[in-house]
Amino acid sequence: MRPIVLRGGRVIDPSQTTDATIDVLLADGRVAALGESLSAPDDAESVDVSGLIVTPGLIDVHVHLREPGQEHKETISTGARAAAAGGFTAVVAMPNTDPPIDSPAAVGFVRAQGEAARAARVFPSGCITMGQKGEQLTEFGELIDAGAVCVTDDGKPVLSAGMMRMALEYALTFDLPVAVHEEEVTLSRGGTMNEGIIATRLGLTGIPNASEDVMIARDLMLAELTGGRVHIQHVATRGGVELIRAAKAKGIRVTAEGSPHHFTLTDAAVEWYDTNAKMNPPLRSATDRDAVRAGVADGTLDVIATDHAPHHYDEKEQAFEDAPFGIVGLETALGLAYTELVATGLLDLSTLIERMSCAPARSMSLDRIGLGSLRVGSAADVTVIDPRAEWTVDPKTFLSLSRNTPFAERKLRCRAVRTIVAGRTVWEGGR
Amino acid sequence: MTEDRRSIMDAPAVERALSRMAAEVLRLAGGVTESLVLVGIHRRGVQLADRIADEIERAAGSPVATGSLDITLYRDDLMVVGPRPVIGQTRLPGLGIDERVVVIVDDVLYTGRTVRAALDELADFGRPRRTLLAVLIDRTGRELPIQADVVGERVEVPEGGRVEVMVPEIDGKMGVELVGRNA
Amino acid sequence: MTRQQEPEVPTFGKDLVGLEELSREQLTALLDTAEHFKEISVRPVRKVPALRGRTIVNAFFENSTRTRVSFEFAEKRMGADTVSISTTGSSVQKGETLVDTARNLEAMGIDMVVIRHASSGAARFLAERIPSSVINAGDGKHEHPTQGLLDLLTIRDHRGPIEGLKVCICGDVLHSRVARSNIHGLRRLGAEVAVCGPVTLLPPCVEELGVTVFRRIEDAIEWADVLNVLRLQLERMKSGFIPSLREYNRVFGVTRERVENAPRDLLILHPGPMNRGVEIDSDVADGPHSVILQQVTNGVAVRMAVLYLLSGGRPEQAETVKQGGEG
Repeated sequence: MRPIVLRGGRVIDPSQTTDATIDVLLADGRVAALGESLSAPDDAESVDVSGLIVTPGLIDVHVHLREPGQEHKETISTGARAAAAGGFTAVVAMPNTDPPIDSPAAVGFVRAQGEAARAARVFPSGCITMGQKGEQLTEFGELIDAGAVCVTDDGKPVLSAGMMRMALEYALTFDLPVAVHEEEVTLSRGGTMNEGIIATRLGLTGIPNASEDVMIARDLMLAELTGGRVHIQHVATRGGVELIRAAKAKGIRVTAEGSPHHFTLTDAAVEWYDTNAKMNPPLRSATDRDAVRAGVADGTLDVIATDHAPHHYDEKEQAFEDAPFGIVGLETALGLAYTELVATGLLDLSTLIERMSCAPARSMSLDRIGLGSLRVGSAADVTVIDPRAEWTVDPKTFLSLSRNTPFAERKLRCRAVRTIVAGRTVWEGGR
Repeated sequence: MTEDRRSIMDAPAVERALSRMAAEVLRLAGGVTESLVLVGIHRRGVQLADRIADEIERAAGSPVATGSLDITLYRDDLMVVGPRPVIGQTRLPGLGIDERVVVIVDDVLYTGRTVRAALDELADFGRPRRTLLAVLIDRTGRELPIQADVVGERVEVPEGGRVEVMVPEIDGKMGVELVGRNA
Repeated sequence: MTRQQEPEVPTFGKDLVGLEELSREQLTALLDTAEHFKEISVRPVRKVPALRGRTIVNAFFENSTRTRVSFEFAEKRMGADTVSISTTGSSVQKGETLVDTARNLEAMGIDMVVIRHASSGAARFLAERIPSSVINAGDGKHEHPTQGLLDLLTIRDHRGPIEGLKVCICGDVLHSRVARSNIHGLRRLGAEVAVCGPVTLLPPCVEELGVTVFRRIEDAIEWADVLNVLRLQLERMKSGFIPSLREYNRVFGVTRERVENAPRDLLILHPGPMNRGVEIDSDVADGPHSVILQQVTNGVAVRMAVLYLLSGGRPEQAETVKQGGEG
């Protein structure tokens, strides 16, 4: 593989607090050198990135790749390529597939498929409990050896507090993060959207904020009790953000996600039963949306993660109550994050990269293998971004197999133009 | 753009026509009022029917049964007409119309389609011994083989023009006007 | 002075999905038109040819003999050809059936579809996908517009203009599409609306719909001119919304004693079927304040009016209209 030298780009690397116009040399899968007017080997591919931004590769720690079992919605290969098109050099795949990823063989399968895709890196996650049934812990050690970077029963909450405690404590053996989908099922009660006036008018059962907050509070207390590492997924409520902020102030080891749809949309998007606005946790009130934005801004929500959830067109073409939860997100995340947070002045670019690369890497201990940084010696995972690119979301052009997005025809600013994984360009475009 | 209008009958002319019509109806009924039912077609046929009935009562000294018919639901062009016409009240005498002499009363006889609809609707109410048609204005333009038995006035209408009858209860005055095509 | 033009009815869209989107004029036109259709049901020949040649499909994905029969009567009295399809598929098949139904109906060129479905939004889902008129006969918990209309008509028959009347909807408002349609229709026509029931059975943010909330039936009766009493389903007790039917009747039941002690001569409505002895006692349901049977009669007239007003045509083809309605 030829070395690559990226010349003249604005390098933003929060891990080194770098923000400078310098060259980057990638060789042998690593960052070999950073500096002005770098000398490069004769066989190096020279890429002019003047006017563009060069960052450590973006990482999405929450994606559903649907393989094995639901390959009509997405495969590991199509998902990895969709991720690269969105500027992501790595993703963490959720284990609620069919069958679920609760054995070393299953983890190995996902890892192998990811490698074969030769696009964004795919890191498997394993289930917390066998079959995600909440009854018996999976073999964390075996799963890690096979390649899992975290455990989660995402899609479902861990119903039993006792089981959650056990998981947090056992995970300490491996310093493994336990990622959790927060939902109190007897409060969410089959609801399909935010509880509020819109749900009442549409005749839909609502999911109250309390359904998430009750479980977030529980799991923060258990993290405090055990000293374990908890990663709260897709935080959508103001109460949840407040609880996490307070927990961090006390030194509890918690990381948390904010999703682009939760900091962009409210339950008004569900008006007239648009199934592309149906996900779990649901879109909530303006106050909740603003709290998620503020949480991403001040770092209470450490990472931006998409919860990319592909569904086939036929499945979303149903009455609202009958359609599955979830929307795709890999190919719109950067544009939404920039347009909604940076262009509005809420965050600066460096903080954005922190939320989309450095912090995601740390939350899943991927920084230990050189991800989330452009320090010399780090993995040669780089995202080249055009912050001035103006584009309109067209689901028909998605590399993902699925098109279920509420953002069709939305005008966004900022787009990835080149995605490099382990020193090899896996995607180019967006101009 | 306002259209040209020309009065062809003033109020007294209409009253005289109605009197003639009343006399003719009574004659056709053999001078007997008990079997008569005057049914006016919405909208203005109803008011004309009431006036003719009053005249017959004065002349014969005995009451005449009246009713009103809204033919909207029986129109042959119902599915192409829009906005949806308002439906008026259909009310027939309590004793019904079986074996009676029913006189359909309308303001203008033109294509004949309204009368066709009225005949269909009456058929759903019963079987008169005889049905007659009385109209204030008979104008050219028939599209069905229908003729009036009692006519107030025959009018030739130029192409593109129309005849409008006005009654006090609805229009504030009584009269007949020719409208449009340089009246 | 020029001749008075023919009065016109407000235009309606292709579908009737709910009362929420209707204007005051449209609601009034529906009620006034239904008034005329009442008369047809007492003619010797209880039929008019207004919808002759039209095909109407009753697609009932949820069981309902009463509503379906009422629609069938209305359709036949308007002279239309009707086909009823009832499917009570499992929830797994619910989704497929709806989309496939839409496509099949479109292929068959049906004029109007009356749909009842267990999922909120199903009527709108269908309306957005087929060119035929879609009439909502009840979709999940969202709306049941023809029931709302017949309730409005019945109230108007007995208490005159809706404006200013105080109407309280009592019972399981949370799960009730009848309640939602009533609330929208009554408010649009200027009534004051309240709801009364255990808080567990009232929808979140219900006050934001513009209704007063009464937690006790005594307070509701003290205030109201009209009560619309909703059916309480047995499963609400099983799902924990209320402790028992007996408690419900004691605390919230519309009993003879409560009705007789009311300050005004209450009008009592119920969409049916009734749980006698639960939400309403038999002597109230059968008593002098109740207009429950008139609701059923009005149901056919209202549905005929809906079919009539929605089946509107293409004005540019109407020669008769251009000639000022002469015949």
